Amino acid sequence: MSNIPADLKYTQSHEWVRIEADGTLTLGVTDHAQEALGDVVFLELPEAGRKVAAGEACAVIESVKAASDIYAPVAGEVIGSNEAAVDAPESVNTDAYGTWLFKIKPDAAADLGKLLDAAGYEAVVANA
Amino acid sequence: MVDFAGWDMPVNYGSQIEEHHAVRHDAGMFDVSHMLALDLDGPDATTWLRGLLANDVAKLKEPGKALYSCMLNPEGGVIDDLIVYYFSPASFRIVVNAGTADKDVAWMRQRIAATGANVTLNSRRDLAMIAVQGPNARAKTWQALPQTRAASEGLKIFAAAAVGDLLVARTGYTGEDGFELTLPAAQAEAVWNALAAAGVKPCGLGARDTLRLEAGMNLYDQDMDDEVSPLDAGLAWTVDLSDTARDFVGKEALIANPATRRVLGLILEDKGVLRSHMTVFTAHGDGETTSGSFSPSLEKSIAFARLPLAVAAGAAVEVDIRGRRLKARTVPLPFVRNGKVLV
Repeated sequence: MSNIPADLKYTQSHEWVRIEADGTLTLGVTDHAQEALGDVVFLELPEAGRKVAAGEACAVIESVKAASDIYAPVAGEVIGSNEAAVDAPESVNTDAYGTWLFKIKPDAAADLGKLLDAAGYEAVVANA
Repeated sequence: MVDFAGWDMPVNYGSQIEEHHAVRHDAGMFDVSHMLALDLDGPDATTWLRGLLANDVAKLKEPGKALYSCMLNPEGGVIDDLIVYYFSPASFRIVVNAGTADKDVAWMRQRIAATGANVTLNSRRDLAMIAVQGPNARAKTWQALPQTRAASEGLKIFAAAAVGDLLVARTGYTGEDGFELTLPAAQAEAVWNALAAAGVKPCGLGARDTLRLEAGMNLYDQDMDDEVSPLDAGLAWTVDLSDTARDFVGKEALIANPATRRVLGLILEDKGVLRSHMTVFTAHGDGETTSGSFSPSLEKSIAFARLPLAVAAGAAVEVDIRGRRLKARTVPLPFVRNGKVLV
């Protein structure tokens, strides 16, 4: 069974999102995603300052077997990415929720309402 | 689990990288029952195979000896790559790929009809195959299956021996020592469990792919196919033209069309992962990767690339990965053999 923490938000495309106190978002990929990907060996993350549209492919995660896109959950601006994760991509496998990948400052707080809660994401995984 | 040529197969049991390392440093096993074994028997078996295959079965003299060969179409393209085991001039075992099995059998039956050869060809879907690979694979096989030891201890590389209804072959697709066991399907579960109890790690298709890639071994449909000549796929060493009196399907086309490409290994110097069908920019023109992945042994990404003939090993090249040109260098194949990195 996948681990789906209740205090995070989620997307249909298997990103987890933490809404910080200042309204910015911290993102990674879910435990279910890392399990499906297998051994992660490479991350290509967006640079700070990049404007992204909701649903835009803005990062790449590669396991031994395949490359997958990571999507921006909402429109906004990238305000940072995790260089430590780039240097140790396997940390996505060992700690999916402890390994954030990048941070976004959303354009509109109202967009956050489209994110899934843990129960909503559990249903996505169950139907995957 | 994935659908692989109609077979439900595991990509990995746990970590694909750990499975890879188990084979390089200890022992791992693969259920390769999806591959099809065919028995060829009859007085014309040797003559017919010499006309069918680009490699020459006449060089097989010792019972149990195996040969890797391409089976070509008249245009010189590769219908399949296969292993043929010699038991006697009138008896052979042929092992073909799962994805091509139906096409192969149809072609072979067509060739039997066209040549009028006195042979019979039987598909052995009643058999299972388990590949046990790694430096400790043979010892652990003997521990699990002590009855196989006497007959298989003296086996040379690429030779097989029958032990009751088990065929033990010192062959594989990983670049390591080990056995491929062919046995009645009803015995497969017990043998698998006995091997697991002896410490042989179950490995999936994912590790099988990175192991064969490091070992410089081609994968059908990726590194060659019906449209590609073995001379352009790094397989010229399997085409035997030494007996000028021997004709085989595709020979005329191969002689008329010399190699236009060469196959070299690529090691990515920048960060990223090479995959198939990426464009390679060289000083002598463009080429293309045919297979690529992350190499657990090198901890870098590697690939096979089909390149202009003038490109040498050691050349600095660039590869297009998602629109960016990343640095790579060419190396001779294989990357790894018997646990040692060679590049």
